[in-house]
This record gives sequence, structure tokens and C-alpha cells, in this order.
Amino acid sequence: MLAPMDATQAIADLTEISPQVRRVAVAEAGGALGGSNLPDEEQANRLLEGARRLLDAAEELRPGLAQLEAATTAGSVFVVRDGDRLIAATTTPEPTVGLVFYDLKTCLRSIDPPKKTTRRRTPKKTEEAEDGAS
Amino acid sequence: MARRKLVTGVLLAAGSIAGSLLVRRRAARKQAHVDLYGADGTVHSFTEGTPEAERLLPIANDLLAAL
Repeated sequence: MLAPMDATQAIADLTEISPQVRRVAVAEAGGALGGSNLPDEEQANRLLEGARRLLDAAEELRPGLAQLEAATTAGSVFVVRDGDRLIAATTTPEPTVGLVFYDLKTCLRSIDPPKKTTRRRTPKKTEEAEDGAS
Repeated sequence: MARRKLVTGVLLAAGSIAGSLLVRRRAARKQAHVDLYGADGTVHSFTEGTPEAERLLPIANDLLAAL
């Protein structure tokens, strides 16, 4: 099990391990962009939007979908869902499908989910402290 | 002699069948397709030309062309 890390590092590790993987984008639980290796946010959001369109269309055909691969002569598009999070990637033509899925899942699970902001509690006043003050 | 010829013929035929199977399999792999993996472990594969693939492949093609 990998230690949680930020999305940029996880994606860098993924593309290093799996050279077939070209472009990657991760969507957080709320749907927001969690990280990508694309040059700008607009392109990363385009990849996520396309991945969601693929998932939605595929879900209509076969409900209860976990992951998909759309293979074309120009390359493949992979989409993997893990709970509310999602990872989308493009690859070179004829990738090693099983390996790519494995690496994408590992990448998604290694990303530290964003921490919830918690309110800081002020220490409760003790009776002694109150007595001392009076 | 005739027996030897028969064996050679059978071996050649078997080799060509195996070769054509390999070529077919490789060609099938190159064909555009969509594989859908269900959370329950099921896999559905749709090759180019099926209504399902015709719906999903254009989205993938657009995506690959745009990035």
C-alpha cells in the first residue's frame, strides 16, 4: 500500500511507470479537478468532461459501470471510477490494458483525498480556572 | 515416401491455420472497440460497427483529437 500523496506526484509516478499513458486527469469527489499532467487547466477539464460523457453514455448502455476502455487507431481512452473520484487517461495505440487499469487504480488510490476543514475548538474552561479568575 | 508427403502436407496445413488465426487475432486487437467493465466483474465488449460502439467511439475520438 502506497502512502497518500498529492495528485501531481501520483500522476508523475504513473507516467514514469507506465510510458503508454499520455494524458491524465483526476476528478475529486465533488467533481472538481484534482490534478493532471496537461499543460493547462482548460485541457484537463476537457479530458474530464469527455471522460464523464463517455461514462454517462456507457452507464446508459450497461448500468453499474466501474471502468471502461475506448480503443481507437489513434490511441485509447481509459476511465476508472473509485467511489466518487475518477481518473481519466489517454494512451498510445494498443496499450497493455490490464497494466494500464492497474496503474490508474493505484494512482487514484494513492492520492490523498483533500482534507476537510475542521473548526478549532477553544479549550473548555475548567471550574478551577474560573474560580482562579474570580 | 507417400507417408512422408502426407505428414509434410498435414504440418503445412496446421501451420498455415495457426498463422491465419494469429493474424486474425492481431487484426481484431487493432480494431476500434469499447470495453465496459461492471462493478460486479462483468465485461462487455463492443467492436466498431455495433450501435454501442458507434455511440461511444466518437466521444473517444473527439477527446484524443482535442488533446
